[in-house]
Amino acid sequence: MSVESLFPRLEPLLPKVQKPIQYVGGELNSTVKDWDEATVRWALMYPDAYEVGLPNQGVQILYEILNELPDTMAERTYAVWPDLEALMRAEGVPQFTVDAHRPVRAFDVLGVSFSTELGYTNLLTALDLAGIPLHAVDRTDDDPIVLAGGHAAFNPEPIADFLDAAVLGDGEQIAIAISEVIREWKNEGEPGGRDGVLLRLAETGGVYVPKFYDVEYLPDGRIKRVVPNRPGVPSRVFKHTVMDLDEWPYPKKPLVPLAETVHERFSVEIFRGCTRGCRFCQAGMITRPVRERSITVIGDMVANGIKESGFNEVGLLSLSSADHSEIAEVAKGLADRYEGTNTSLSLPSTRVDAFNIDLANEFSRNGRRSGLTFAPEGGSERMRKVINKMVTEEDLIRTVTTAYTQGWRQVKLYFMCGLPTEEDIDVLGIADLAKKVIKAGREATGSRDIRCTVSIGGFVPKPHTPFQWAAQCDHETVDRRLRELRNSLRNDKQYGKAIGFRYHDGKPSIVEGLLSRGDRRVGAVIKAVWADGGRFDGWSEHFSYERWMKASAEVGVDVDWFTTREREEHEVLPWDHLDAGLDREWLWQDWQDAVNDVEVEDCRWTPCYDCGVCPTMGTEIQIGPTGRKLLPLTVV
Amino acid sequence: MVQRLRVRYAKRGRLRFTSHRDISRALERAVRRAGIPVAYSAGFSPHPKISYAGAAPTGVASEAEYLEIGVSRACDPLRLRADLDASLPPGLDVLDVVEAHAGSLADRLEGSMWEVRLTGVDPAEAASAVTAFLAAARVDVERLTKKGLRAFDARQAVQTLTVAENADGTAGQEPIQSCVILRMVVRHETPAVRPDDVLMGLRLVAGLAPPSPPAVTRLAQGPLDAITGEPADPLEADRVGDHL
Repeated sequence: MSVESLFPRLEPLLPKVQKPIQYVGGELNSTVKDWDEATVRWALMYPDAYEVGLPNQGVQILYEILNELPDTMAERTYAVWPDLEALMRAEGVPQFTVDAHRPVRAFDVLGVSFSTELGYTNLLTALDLAGIPLHAVDRTDDDPIVLAGGHAAFNPEPIADFLDAAVLGDGEQIAIAISEVIREWKNEGEPGGRDGVLLRLAETGGVYVPKFYDVEYLPDGRIKRVVPNRPGVPSRVFKHTVMDLDEWPYPKKPLVPLAETVHERFSVEIFRGCTRGCRFCQAGMITRPVRERSITVIGDMVANGIKESGFNEVGLLSLSSADHSEIAEVAKGLADRYEGTNTSLSLPSTRVDAFNIDLANEFSRNGRRSGLTFAPEGGSERMRKVINKMVTEEDLIRTVTTAYTQGWRQVKLYFMCGLPTEEDIDVLGIADLAKKVIKAGREATGSRDIRCTVSIGGFVPKPHTPFQWAAQCDHETVDRRLRELRNSLRNDKQYGKAIGFRYHDGKPSIVEGLLSRGDRRVGAVIKAVWADGGRFDGWSEHFSYERWMKASAEVGVDVDWFTTREREEHEVLPWDHLDAGLDREWLWQDWQDAVNDVEVEDCRWTPCYDCGVCPTMGTEIQIGPTGRKLLPLTVV
Repeated sequence: MVQRLRVRYAKRGRLRFTSHRDISRALERAVRRAGIPVAYSAGFSPHPKISYAGAAPTGVASEAEYLEIGVSRACDPLRLRADLDASLPPGLDVLDVVEAHAGSLADRLEGSMWEVRLTGVDPAEAASAVTAFLAAARVDVERLTKKGLRAFDARQAVQTLTVAENADGTAGQEPIQSCVILRMVVRHETPAVRPDDVLMGLRLVAGLAPPSPPAVTRLAQGPLDAITGEPADPLEADRVGDHL
């Protein structure tokens, strides 16, 4: 059965909406395959606006890999803005893919990539617009399998009722494996219907099907246990880890949109994983071990990406790009190759050391030295020990001063507020640090033309980190500390004018905290918020704290219990049956070490400290150096 | 920069929803992919030397958009036409490329011919609205601009305005829906009068209110011919130069 394009019905609505180009598709390197020739059909969704979703690497990689399979196709869909949503409802136009404008409900799988929990309400909008029942148990054989991935899928419990399945970790191989399972099931005549294929997926141990697990609660509200409710379903579900990134050099054909997006560049992931051990960092915990892409494959991917896209900027992505074992050679090699071609290179690194400045200098040979970012994260030495961000005040001041003397005029310092064990003095320490930085910078350069911007994010405890047991700081305390910090900076006559201050209020962090560490009972809150008009919660102009609090009260969910309550060691956490490879006892020990200001080294350069990931997952650290060099390109 | 080339291109179909900024990004990338030796401005943030003349608004299709590219190595206009067209997404189509000679391209773009298709409008009603509009000495309309609501005369810049019923009978269209086609030649003046301003004028003078969004296409722009009043080919002067 073929599927009609919805475009003729969508087109008359487009002149009435903002930025209509985001809905028309036709990006360079996009793929439209014949519907009838594919057996397995994926709709891939990034649950935010097109301008944010289009550049997402995860979606682009899976889109390309799935479309390379001969009998599989993938199209993309994004959250539509409320102006188009209203028109689609009025005209009865369902959620569509941007590639061929096919209705999302006609696909076999709706794969949704959650980088952040704040996309949950947008999932519900998309399901509802698609005509897919919100609750998985209400779906029929005519509905797609709604599958979540991305970092937020490491605790999918708050959206468990709305999902058919979730996968943890790297998506490349598991997306192919899922396609194979679905293809076989379809070729056999879809035995067992919807539950038949979900059971096959669950039995692999690599796909979590929430409805095959029952959650039992204790009288006090804590979880008693989570157990499979049918035979063949494993009690634990494991994450996926792609080894040897050189074998997976995607994206090979980067999508180039017509519409403006948040990242107008070609990005190459130079490694995955990070073992710096920052205790607040969920990404660093759940993507272990470190797996580097080799210098030569990075060089090939950059050359190919520029040729295929026409982008004039290349970003080298990872969780801490300056830590690649051959980053100096990569930086010099690429800077040599692209000198004089008006191609700019960027390295989003926030390491606080002189090496980071050397790299930034290499990438700015044409003389543009506008801004550098460093992330000490904690305002006091004690705080930095708690979070295992090993930077001394001396290091920081020396590094920033070096940056100023080498011609960088603007330095951004990134911190967090609301960290475990934090006191007022730890946050006020940020002001002292910033003032010292400007003082030292003025002395070293003899110039008053230097600035620093202090940028602050609210800390949210995340699953699968040592802080998963921690009490989240209430927003009143966060807001008060930030106010005092702001006053301390503003009222300083000597340095105040040279220091910028950027922060957000603490309320959104509480909602993020609820969604991060919530269990299945939080799903009712999400649904109530969505029913009350909640959309695009990652956007401050759409986010409403009051709406979340009102909905929580209505459905009887105690937000404080999920956020500001400290958990004890043996409490069953909602995600304990989902395995990122981290040894729970190690995480607990690391949490105790945090409270006692004990630091832990990076296992890339020091012996293994038994976090558990490699033996559990059968993986190993893959790093260079390879000793290879980037040769000049003959044709640029 | 050793040479300037003038390009006529079309913005068709779905790509009519591109904004001017979208097009300029797409062009810069297409130029890079095609390996066209575009010249760059000097300074801290060098920009490719591509300049645009009078871009059609977002949502409006065009058969006659113009830009000028400065190159650092002499290029064959025919070759550049083929390379750039192949590199641009379908719907942004290169129609003509000439080497620039004396004179400013922007100065030659004196007026545009627009086609406006109105679905579900009664032809007789449209005709009488056009008559009323043309009979008026001035028709003050308002448009929401970035600087707020602005009022101006939409009549004076309209050189010709005609109405015809769906003549070409586009194949595959629903035959029941009647389609009225307006054609107008509008001089480029300040403040600019756009087809939607004329439509607003038709609504004000005669209550013409199309039930669905109009499909607007710029058919031509260029120097206005003294006799016909229609825009002529603005690249003709450069083509003449080629033969010298």
